[in-house]
Amino acid sequence: MTEPAVSADGGAPGGKANSAPLLGRAAEPTLFELSHPGRRAWSFRTSGIPEVPIDQLVPEGHRREEPVPLAEVSERDLVAHFTRLSHRQFSVDLGAYPLGSCTMKYNPKVCDTVAGLPGLAGVHPGAPASLTQGWLALLVELEETLCEITGMAAATLQPAAGAAGELTGLLLMRAWHEARGSVRHKVIIPDSAHGTNPASVTLGGYEVITVPSDDRGCVDMEALATVLDEDVAGIMLTNPNTLGLFEEDIAAIATAVHEVGGLLYYDGANLNAILGVVRPGDMGFDIVHMNLHKTFATPHGGGGPGAGPVAVSERLVPFLPGPRAVRVESADQSPVYEWMTPPQSIGRMHTWHGNALVLARALAYIVANGGDGLRQIAETAVLNANWIRQRLTGTYDVPFDRPCMHEVVLSVRTIKQAHGVRALDVAKRLLEEGFHAPTVYFPLIVDEALMIEPTETESPQTLEALAQSLERIAHEANSHEEGWMAEFPHETPVRRVDEARAARTLVPTFDARG
Amino acid sequence: MGTYIPHTDDEVESMLAFLGLSSVADLFAVVPEALKLQRRLELADGVGEPDVLARMEGFADQNRARSDRLVCFAGGGAYDHEIPSVTRALAGRSEFVTSYTPYQPEVAQGVLQAVFEYQTMVARLAGLPVANASLYDGGSAAVEAVNLGVAASGRETVWVSAGIHPHWRQMLVTCAAGTGHRIETIPLVDGVTRWPDDDAHLDHPPGVLMVGYPNYLGCIEDLAEARAVCDRTGALLVVGADPVAAGLLKSPGAWGADVVVGEGQVFGTTLGFGGPYLGLFACDLGQVRRLPGRLVGETSDVDGRRSYVTTLRAREQDIRREKATSNVCTNQTLMAVTAAVQLGWLGTSGLVELARRCAQATRYARDALLALDRVAAFAHAPVLREFAVRLPIPAAVAVERMADAGFLAGIPLGEDFDDGEHGLLISVTERRTREEIDAYVTALDKAVAS
Repeated sequence: MTEPAVSADGGAPGGKANSAPLLGRAAEPTLFELSHPGRRAWSFRTSGIPEVPIDQLVPEGHRREEPVPLAEVSERDLVAHFTRLSHRQFSVDLGAYPLGSCTMKYNPKVCDTVAGLPGLAGVHPGAPASLTQGWLALLVELEETLCEITGMAAATLQPAAGAAGELTGLLLMRAWHEARGSVRHKVIIPDSAHGTNPASVTLGGYEVITVPSDDRGCVDMEALATVLDEDVAGIMLTNPNTLGLFEEDIAAIATAVHEVGGLLYYDGANLNAILGVVRPGDMGFDIVHMNLHKTFATPHGGGGPGAGPVAVSERLVPFLPGPRAVRVESADQSPVYEWMTPPQSIGRMHTWHGNALVLARALAYIVANGGDGLRQIAETAVLNANWIRQRLTGTYDVPFDRPCMHEVVLSVRTIKQAHGVRALDVAKRLLEEGFHAPTVYFPLIVDEALMIEPTETESPQTLEALAQSLERIAHEANSHEEGWMAEFPHETPVRRVDEARAARTLVPTFDARG
Repeated sequence: MGTYIPHTDDEVESMLAFLGLSSVADLFAVVPEALKLQRRLELADGVGEPDVLARMEGFADQNRARSDRLVCFAGGGAYDHEIPSVTRALAGRSEFVTSYTPYQPEVAQGVLQAVFEYQTMVARLAGLPVANASLYDGGSAAVEAVNLGVAASGRETVWVSAGIHPHWRQMLVTCAAGTGHRIETIPLVDGVTRWPDDDAHLDHPPGVLMVGYPNYLGCIEDLAEARAVCDRTGALLVVGADPVAAGLLKSPGAWGADVVVGEGQVFGTTLGFGGPYLGLFACDLGQVRRLPGRLVGETSDVDGRRSYVTTLRAREQDIRREKATSNVCTNQTLMAVTAAVQLGWLGTSGLVELARRCAQATRYARDALLALDRVAAFAHAPVLREFAVRLPIPAAVAVERMADAGFLAGIPLGEDFDDGEHGLLISVTERRTREEIDAYVTALDKAVAS
């Protein structure tokens, strides 16, 4: 094909940042070091309430003797400080973020507007259903939409993130078995699974049984058969899996697990690959969690908030967490919404109703894209990943040489053997090219893994620029002395940080500084 | 239509040709045909931004209980506090909003340093040396505190005060189904916890005590007594603290808390129908290797410059897997950054002033309400910034009537409390004026008259 136009300096529309998007590289002092006694920024409403001395407000013995020491800064200083900090931070808005497994797609701004609507943002969660009909209607609509997308019967919107969704799913699994009088102890997960899966299994009160992947990167069916028995509560799978590969034997896996009375749990981390193409429910899954902060473009906020709704098949609906918003018909046929706790509910997984404003963003995103747009998202995400795979085959190792889904796992193994350059070095070098690094060293079963997920929102020009950067890096590895690459990055706000020292001499607060 | 996808049809054709494929459907050849969805998703087609906004505003318009329409006297773990323009502007910066977990510290110093400052502020509020980078909400922080306390004490029995938020208590019970922890609720007497006074012959001595400060009813608990029970039984003391009250009250750490958890929504996060909120978590240094979630630490880069990085990573799920201290991965970082900005805006004097104004408004409102013939105190223990009253009619009915008068009157206590049907929990923040409170008192008097 003709290569997409990339400007002479390697720039690309949208997706490539300047490697050093900063005003200088000086460290930013902490807010505490900017503090000056007596300075202030706060101001409150004029209330007209008569003043009462503090010693009459606080019971004897409970009053704090000294105020909590916080920083004392002016509003101007506060703005400058956090603005400078923001200039030391890479983000999707700045450039491509091909971080595998994280689906760092563009976050539409219209969803920010939605999250700020006073009629959504200004609603107290403890207000009764009669005064919050709009919110309940929104939650019901989102639940129904997510069920259509996943092919499930009903969902809870309470879990605040993917890991919370996993625990919810495992507790549902436990409750379902217990209601049938069945006591089971084991949950199977593949060796390529996300770390949250085994951690959640433990919190669900189960023992982790790991099954290996076969030489095609999928669940080893023979190994699975040897661990399946009536002590297995279920299996947790990601499909496409964390290698970016579709588990082609999923129907056979579902049959085998169901035959021993187990349930199938779908980790929705990779749902972006299959929107509108194939649904977890149709593959035989009983429980599905979704990461709305991945698939449905809610911004990840530097590490959260997310939202991890869990959808289930019909037989698990009575066990869902409560309360759940439901639609009931009123006398005049217009819909009315109420809270309902399912009869055999496992209980509650969030203080309130889940990360509601994240849920509203996700619904807005789905409304904007529509059913047609969702399928196009999956198609384009898979197209972009396969293009990258094909483009970089020969430059990097491709451990599983078959079409991928929304992400591709490459390996730096050959380059490392020849020149000592590791996946970490490639990642750090790429930062200086103006891209975020891919996920490295995951999945654990691939040596020197580079896991690249371009997402559908990066243009062909950005992909080309990314590919050129990765080719340049491979070329540099071949043409420079060993150790040259390990010096990178040079131009980022800080260079490689001493992680060992951070753990050895723990400084978790400003007050712990030596 | 997917307006956020940049590809033109020509570009798609060209990329497919590069892959040797003739259509996008070929990309999914690996998916067994029998599993594929043989129809379109039954969802409406995509629409443009104006239509999206109209649709979502339609939902918003159906919410009567919005703080710009009903004056908010509801609390119960979610409060209508001032959120200044500066907090909205800074916390809304897209560098903070649209970044991922700081896996590459060289390009994530902004978030890392903001979280380091947040951790410092939370630790100071708690009176403990370490705070993590946030958890989902107050309830999830309580769950994690119990998990930590059971692991540290080696005992699975947990004594939870009935003054802990009822929803937190429900979460503790829900999660105990998986962990096997024994959650025992310790009752309140006139608003404060009545701990068992003879625990010499307990079959299952507690590994953890959890108490609110102030508690759900707004009452100020005796933490010295709770600490004494812990010393006697060998349990860890977990305090669910209101971080605004910390502006006036002694820190839980000063009372001997081992772990402090709390709801951080009060620092700059909108009511938002309950989320995303912010789970505060602080603990003693001795527990740091059991700390759930992420922790940011200071270090230096290869040039010796001060830097920040997530640390003690060996605790976490992606490394330790089934032996991890917690399954938390994604947390509430943006709310933590928001809290750092808001606490920067408040500063040392502002936090005191905030707590003082809340306490003063609460005193004013409570005195006026209790002067009414038909309204009585629900409990008599001292309160600071929230209180419960007993009404002659069901509180849920009062809330409905008060909405017609322009108020969100409070949270009915409901079945979680003895005679809770007539109990109403009322919170008065610094945003309430004397006129609003006076009007509220008059309206409530009328609402409960029949």
